[in-house]
Amino acid sequence: MNQQKLKSIFAEALGIEESQVTDTLAYNTIPEWDSVAHMALVAEIDDQFDIMLDTDDVLDLSSFAKAKEILQKYDIRFE
Amino acid sequence: MTKSADKQNYLLAELNELTKFHYSHCEPYKQMLSKSNHALEVTNLEEIPFLPVQLFKMLALHSIEENDIFKVLTSSGTTGQQVSKIYLDKDTAKAQTKALVEVMTPLLGKKRLPMIMIDTKNVLKDRKSFSARGAGILGFSNFGRRHFYLLHDDMTIDWDGLNEFLEQHKDERVLLFGFTFMIWQYFYQAALSKGIKLNLKDSVLIHGGGWKKLKDQSVSNERFKDMLFQQFGIQSIHNYYGMVEQVGSIFVECPKGHLHTPVYADVIIRDPLSFQPLPFGEQGLIQVLSTLPKSYPGHSLLTEDLGTIHGEDDCSCGWKGKYFSVAGRIPKAELRGCSDTFAFDKKVGKTI
Repeated sequence: MNQQKLKSIFAEALGIEESQVTDTLAYNTIPEWDSVAHMALVAEIDDQFDIMLDTDDVLDLSSFAKAKEILQKYDIRFE
Repeated sequence: MTKSADKQNYLLAELNELTKFHYSHCEPYKQMLSKSNHALEVTNLEEIPFLPVQLFKMLALHSIEENDIFKVLTSSGTTGQQVSKIYLDKDTAKAQTKALVEVMTPLLGKKRLPMIMIDTKNVLKDRKSFSARGAGILGFSNFGRRHFYLLHDDMTIDWDGLNEFLEQHKDERVLLFGFTFMIWQYFYQAALSKGIKLNLKDSVLIHGGGWKKLKDQSVSNERFKDMLFQQFGIQSIHNYYGMVEQVGSIFVECPKGHLHTPVYADVIIRDPLSFQPLPFGEQGLIQVLSTLPKSYPGHSLLTEDLGTIHGEDDCSCGWKGKYFSVAGRIPKAELRGCSDTFAFDKKVGKTI
C-alpha cells in the first residue's frame, strides 16, 4: 500500500519515527527535514517508486500531504 | 511600451517598496538613509539608495525578528578576512530557491540530471549556517539526482567513484557543478597531471565563485572552456555571477559568453570615483539590484567588482535582459577602510 510505503520512506530518509509522519508534517518545521535531508528524501522517493520527480516537484514537495498529491501525477495512487 | 521599459517600471515599484520596508524594519538602515536625507520613493532605478556590499561584513543587518532568522549565509572569505553575514527568513530562502530554478530551467530543462558535484561532501556539514560554497551546492542540487561528490576531504579525486558513476549514466546527459577555481585546480589540473581524459560530451557544467585566483594564473574564461573541452569533452559550460549578499542575483553566462540579468534583478555600472551611472560600453563598479531580499536590506548593493554592460535585450544568443561581463575586483579591495568610509559617507551618510 502506497500510503504506508511513503510513510516508511519519510521516516527512513528523515530519520524520524513513523508516528511523526502525518499529513501536516511540513518541510523545515522539524530540524530533521531541512534542505540536506530533503535531497535524501527525494532520492528515496525516486528509487522506491521508480520515478524521476521534476525539479519543480522537488521544490513543491513541502509536506507529507503535498507529496501524495505530487505522486499522483506520476501515477502513484493513494486510496 | 518596450519590454525593457516594462521591466524598469516593475523593478522600480518593487524596489521602492523594499526601501520603505527596510527603512521601517531595520534600524541601522533607517539611520543611514535619514542621515543622508535619501528619498524613500524615487522615480528611476539609478536613484535607488545602495549600500556597499562590504557593509555586511561590519554590521548585522536584518529586517526580521531574531527568532524569524531561519538561515545565516556567510561569504567565502579567506582566512583572516571578515565574512559577510546574511540573514534569511523562510520566505526569502524559498524565494531564492525558486528564483534559481526559474533562471536555470531554460538551460537545464525540467528533468533532473545525474549530477557531479566538484566538491567534497564535507561542505554541507554545518546545516544551520552555510558558506557560499554550501549554499551554492544546495541550491543547485535541486537540478540533479544521484548526486556524486567528486572530491575526497583532502581534495583528491575519487576516481573509482567517478568511473562507476559515468558507467551507470553513460547514455545520459550529466550535470556538473562546482566553483571555478576548484574545478580548475582539483579536477582539471589533477586529471591533466595524471594524463586522464574523459568524454563527457553530452554534459553541462555550471560554475561560479569568481575568477580572482584564476586570473593570477592568467586563466581566462575562454581558456577555461577550451581546456575543459579538451580534457573532459564538455561542450556546454556556463559561468554564473552572483554573491551571497544579494539573494536573487544569479546572472548566467549565455552561449555567447555574456552574463544576463533575470526579470527580478538588474545591474547598473557606476564610475568608481564619482559613483555616477555610466553608459553601456563603459567599465565601472557593478551595482546589483534584486526584488528578492526581504529579510535584510540587500535589494540594492554596490559591489567591489568591475564590469561593463554591453546592451539590453539584443544579445545575439536570443536571451533577454541586460547583458554584461565582469572584469574582476577593484584593485586592493581588501584595503578598503578609508575608501569605503569615503564612499559610504558620500552616498548614504556617516554611520561607521
